[in-house]
Amino acid sequence: MTTEAETATRLPEYALTVPVEDGPLGLVDDPIPFDVEAIRADFPILERMTAEGPLVYLDSANTSQKPRVVVEAIEDHYLNHNANVARAMHLLGAEATEAFEGARATLAQFIGATRSEEVVFTKNASEALNLCAHTLGSRLRPGDEIVVSVMEHHSNLVPWQMLAQRTGAVLRWYDVTEEGRLDLEAAARDGLVNERTKIVSVAYVSNVLGTINPVTEIAAAAHAVGAVLVLDASQAVPQMPVDVTALGADLLVFTGHKMVGPTGIGVLWGRYELLADLPPFLGGGEMIEVVKMSGSTYAPPPYRFEAGTPPIAQAVGLATAASYLTAIGMDQVAAHEQEITAYALAGLATVPGLRVIGPAEPVDRGGAVSFTLTDASGDQVHPHDVGQLLDSKGIAVRGGHHCARPLHERFGVQSSTRASFYLYTTTGEVDALVEGLHHTLRFFGRGPAAAGPGRTR
Amino acid sequence: MKVDDLYQEIILDHYRAKHHSGLRDPYEAEVHHVNPSCGDEVTLRVHLDGGTVSDVSYEGAGCSISQASTSVMSDLVIGHPVEHGLELHQEFLELMQSKGALVPDEDRLEDGIAFAGVSKFPARVKCALLGWSAFKDAALRAQADRLPEDHPSDQTHDHEGAAR
Repeated sequence: MTTEAETATRLPEYALTVPVEDGPLGLVDDPIPFDVEAIRADFPILERMTAEGPLVYLDSANTSQKPRVVVEAIEDHYLNHNANVARAMHLLGAEATEAFEGARATLAQFIGATRSEEVVFTKNASEALNLCAHTLGSRLRPGDEIVVSVMEHHSNLVPWQMLAQRTGAVLRWYDVTEEGRLDLEAAARDGLVNERTKIVSVAYVSNVLGTINPVTEIAAAAHAVGAVLVLDASQAVPQMPVDVTALGADLLVFTGHKMVGPTGIGVLWGRYELLADLPPFLGGGEMIEVVKMSGSTYAPPPYRFEAGTPPIAQAVGLATAASYLTAIGMDQVAAHEQEITAYALAGLATVPGLRVIGPAEPVDRGGAVSFTLTDASGDQVHPHDVGQLLDSKGIAVRGGHHCARPLHERFGVQSSTRASFYLYTTTGEVDALVEGLHHTLRFFGRGPAAAGPGRTR
Repeated sequence: MKVDDLYQEIILDHYRAKHHSGLRDPYEAEVHHVNPSCGDEVTLRVHLDGGTVSDVSYEGAGCSISQASTSVMSDLVIGHPVEHGLELHQEFLELMQSKGALVPDEDRLEDGIAFAGVSKFPARVKCALLGWSAFKDAALRAQADRLPEDHPSDQTHDHEGAAR
């Protein structure tokens, strides 16, 4: 953690855009007791009613809802401080630049980065991962190996597949155990990470299984062979305290919209020396040093990786989101997540025919619970149908392969239903889910009709 | 929009007891269609006898809407000229795109009219169209292959992502 003095020197004065009373990061001496009802009051959308009653939003791993302060910060930016950054030589330009760079500092502090230049703003986590693949990829040669895992979101798989195709590098992957944990034993036995390995890129927390991966162990394995470790922390940063200096990662990405921030902004964090050593990703304005018709030189990080007008208002919103979460306390957010996940796993265990894909115990596990549902006649109720029936009760979940088709294939299922929780989720909402699943089973389990009305010939 | 508008009893009946399901020989064309957003898929074969669809056989993994729609489609096209099936595809497509505004013709779409409610659920329209799109694709391929008589009949047309 940083001291208050350090914080004061690093964070510019842009309190106007960050309406948290205790300062940009809401640094307070005593933790505020975690009060889910008080938190819910910050999220106007959670008051929405559906035809069947109150909205039950259990799709936060997909995207989180936004507290009023985040929306207001974006509104305030556009209504009072809007200008382009780093180039406008006027009052608003200075304010916008200060807000944008202040947001960078806030995000750096949120993830424990030692300097704000280590934070690169991107469009989303996918773009950040593509940035990693492109820039790290410039060093690859045929026969080099890239290691991912079978539990990756497509965004941490496809860019590496494309890179392997471009460079002749070989893509390999960690398998998972039946419980949905990375099979490190098999990896060690098979020499998965070896002297040919140049890049290891895995999820910190699985968006389907919920598994929290042992990233320090993976970092050690990667570094032992001189490989770079990339972490897809899209499901981790929103849910638990993350200190990039303690993880052993070299590059780490996450997205704004899953951590009560806006869409349209993602973050790449990288060790400064590594970032400084990487070539540019996209070319354009603001990423350059000197441009001549004969060639250009490039700006140092983070600007080298931020071509064009960046997501300014989104950065302001995301910084406010980080401040909001910090004011509540990420350890308390994580504890609530743990508690509600344990409650949900116990509740889901009462639903006949429900099989959880991923750890069934709330240990080293985040708040995404994916499952399949089989009715009394032994047929799987398709996740679309589960989702539709739950939606008819006002309950929002996700059904499909959750952008992780290989993982579903690994577990022998085509798709699954996923409920995911966040700081505003209540046990009552989990109860509604469990009751909704019983209702779904009753609805689809009426048994085959005696004689179908189909006009067979 | 009530969920019962979507899950008509006819749809659930077809879902629970699919008509003409399973893959059968002979066939002139086989296609594989996938709904990339959810992973629903169907492998579908068409067997022509002259200009008549003499069999449609299929195997798929998908939700009740996509499975029931494929079942209803097979009832409607088997035993009829290919052109009739393609016309029904067009009518069903228009029904699905109507957002609930079209009143379907029961004499032509028979059990297919039960899907009128699906058109009010935009996220499910692609489910209802999966089997129909596969049929259209396979029927056109079967017709094309029929022209040179000695064309091999066992080729597989893999069209992942063709159904959107």
